[in-house]
Amino acid sequence: MSVIIRARDITKTFGREIKAVDGLSFTVEEGQVYGFLGQNGAGKSTTIRMLLTLITPGSGDIEIFGMNLPRNRKTILRRTGAIIERPDLYKYLTALENLRIFAKMSGLNLTDKVLMEHLAKIGLADRAHSKVKTYSQGMKQRLGIAAALVHNPDLIILDEPTNGLDPQGIADVRKLILHLSKDLKKTLLVSSHLLGEMEMIADSMLIIDKGKKIVEGPTAELLNPEKILVEIVTDNKEKAIAVLRTTKWSGSLSDATNGNIMVELHKANIPDLNSELVSNGVRIFSLRPKHSLEDYFLSVTKH
Amino acid sequence: MYKIFKRPRTFIAFGVITAIILLVQVAMKFGGEEYVGLVMSGLSGTFDAPAGQVLNGYFVCFIILNLLLIHVPILVALIAGDMISGEANMGTLRLLLTKPVSRVQLLLVKFFAAASYTLILLIWVAILSLLVSIWLFGTNELFVARGLEVNILSSSDILWRYIAAFGFAAVALITVASLAFMFSTFSDNSIGPIVACVSVIIVFTILTQLQIPFYDETVKPWLFTTHMLGWKGFFYVKGEQGVTIDGSIENSSAILKSGLILLCNTFVFLAVAIWHFNRKNILS
Amino acid sequence: MTGIVTIAAYAQKAENLILRIKEKLDKVKDYEARGTMKMNVDFIKAPVANVKVYFKKPDKLKIINEGGISLVPKGSINININNIIGDISASDVIDGGRDSKTGFRIIKLVPKDDNANVVLSILHIDEQQVVVRKMKTTTKENGTYEMDLVYGRYADYGLADKVVFSFNTKGYKLPKGVALDYDEGKVKPPETDKEKDNMGVIELNYSNYSINKGVPDSIFK
Repeated sequence: MSVIIRARDITKTFGREIKAVDGLSFTVEEGQVYGFLGQNGAGKSTTIRMLLTLITPGSGDIEIFGMNLPRNRKTILRRTGAIIERPDLYKYLTALENLRIFAKMSGLNLTDKVLMEHLAKIGLADRAHSKVKTYSQGMKQRLGIAAALVHNPDLIILDEPTNGLDPQGIADVRKLILHLSKDLKKTLLVSSHLLGEMEMIADSMLIIDKGKKIVEGPTAELLNPEKILVEIVTDNKEKAIAVLRTTKWSGSLSDATNGNIMVELHKANIPDLNSELVSNGVRIFSLRPKHSLEDYFLSVTKH
Repeated sequence: MYKIFKRPRTFIAFGVITAIILLVQVAMKFGGEEYVGLVMSGLSGTFDAPAGQVLNGYFVCFIILNLLLIHVPILVALIAGDMISGEANMGTLRLLLTKPVSRVQLLLVKFFAAASYTLILLIWVAILSLLVSIWLFGTNELFVARGLEVNILSSSDILWRYIAAFGFAAVALITVASLAFMFSTFSDNSIGPIVACVSVIIVFTILTQLQIPFYDETVKPWLFTTHMLGWKGFFYVKGEQGVTIDGSIENSSAILKSGLILLCNTFVFLAVAIWHFNRKNILS
Repeated sequence: MTGIVTIAAYAQKAENLILRIKEKLDKVKDYEARGTMKMNVDFIKAPVANVKVYFKKPDKLKIINEGGISLVPKGSINININNIIGDISASDVIDGGRDSKTGFRIIKLVPKDDNANVVLSILHIDEQQVVVRKMKTTTKENGTYEMDLVYGRYADYGLADKVVFSFNTKGYKLPKGVALDYDEGKVKPPETDKEKDNMGVIELNYSNYSINKGVPDSIFK
């Protein structure tokens, strides 16, 4: 599988002190849905803007489609579509007029018939002639996606594509992303805060914090490592902690968000944990292995 | 251009200009002779002033153009100052810059749109101020009151001068547009560039008109506001023993020089805009 | 005695000459003339104007430029010889001898009325044609006017083909705030001293006269 995006040691500093991105490297392979995660202010937007030449990296280099980015900007952008944060469009124009402009900017002279087909795909055909200022946030988001896809790009970069969408809308975007990736073999880089959604769609992911890479890799491997977190549900937390402090797992204790005890251990040792607690008189209601993206994310980005 | 004329504010500018011009024409229709008397007051010591002959379409057009020296540049700044900063403010700039168009290309296309708007506005001014004035007041010779001299132009020798004057005004207004456009690349909101441009024009116009030797010798020859008045030079004629020479221009080289300075200003403003915009981090 | 008689006779000749000119001028009750008017004034540049000049006895004169703007000097009534010579008895006629260069007779007219605007008129007269060739009139209100006249086919009526009329001008300046001037960057000439009198010249060339055909009074309003 060929590499679509290769970023090497990219750094961006604003002013003298604010290092938004610090020596970041990652690769995105063809046909992948690549998840891009990080807390607010981690550097995701800055990284995405660097990929789209809105911001110039202070150092490092970026290759897209095997070509150096600043030098081959036009060629690369001809094959790239993007939504960055909230998609702001021309409010005083209609959806059709907006799409026409963005198609022209991409070098295409599409007929209204073709543009209407694009709008139909995102469910806006009946509002094609309404001014965008009358649209809800969800409708604007969908129109933004249509604007990003109007020129049939090979690489699609989506920054928070489900912002403002209702659950049905979110599900629709998920289906669209999977369709673009699996059926049309597009490559997608998606940043989102909806970790549950990302877990469902991302083939690989990158987690950054304070501009630095924390972890990168296939989603399956990241979420199913040998060592996992187990949540202990008991009616006597203090006794359970006291027991665990005498065991080899004493250094792996933490609190879950709901106040339950969390232990990091090898999967194979879960029965041993159970035995240890029960034999010391701790009543166990359940031992839940935590391998969701949310927990993983919080665990690697905690400060 | 499509986007410019889809916005209501564009038509506000045309509306304002139309209102100003019509107001002046109405005022001239009912009180023009008094105004002419004021203009000719410098001659009243020696001559009987034929106010009725002086007040004609060409004269009214000349008055209107004098009055519009501040107003039209403001209206040009209103649109040109919004060209880039308006897109940034709306959030559409980042969308445009992710398309396969170079920043320089985008900038030049937008500047061309601003310049085209300026020309359309000027053509509208020309139609209203010249053609409508001629229709309302007829034609006659043109009385041009200069600081220390009076030029009276033959009626057959005037129209081409107006065409040339409007052509020069186009160059001057494009300079204003380029200044506002340059400011627009520095800001993410429209108000800043518009206010900055208008402030510069007002301050420079004051310096142009102050007649203080220190400024006259140092700063004034380089201010674009000094040269924006060059359109009037087309109405300053040569004379031989007091008789105007039809088809002549008193100082064509001065007008040419003014035109070149305005073009240089435009070029510099545009170059700064391109240089800055090419390096700018788009955070909006 | 002979000298006194000679002087007296010579003086009468001056009056007679004036009377003969007046006789000629009296033939004209009114006229409408076509011509061109050229102006040469320091601070004015104007095209040559096609004008009509109307005259009606005793002293109505109007210059009209139908196709343009004509600046007519104030007190232009004085352009008219008829007004100067009008009533001989109202002026003292003084013989000024002869102009050595031109040979024209010089006669001075001094109004007897001290309140009259005209203070002095000096006429240079061509005795052979019996026409005034040059006139210099000093007035209280409008300074000094000079006229040089050239005659052709209307000499019998005392009507000139060409009149060059000089008059005083006061310095001109556009009121501030009316309009902004274009600074061409050249060195400004020194401003005209408003107190000092400068001269302007109007040249009228007449192509034809319609004499005594009737001119309505409404023209002169």
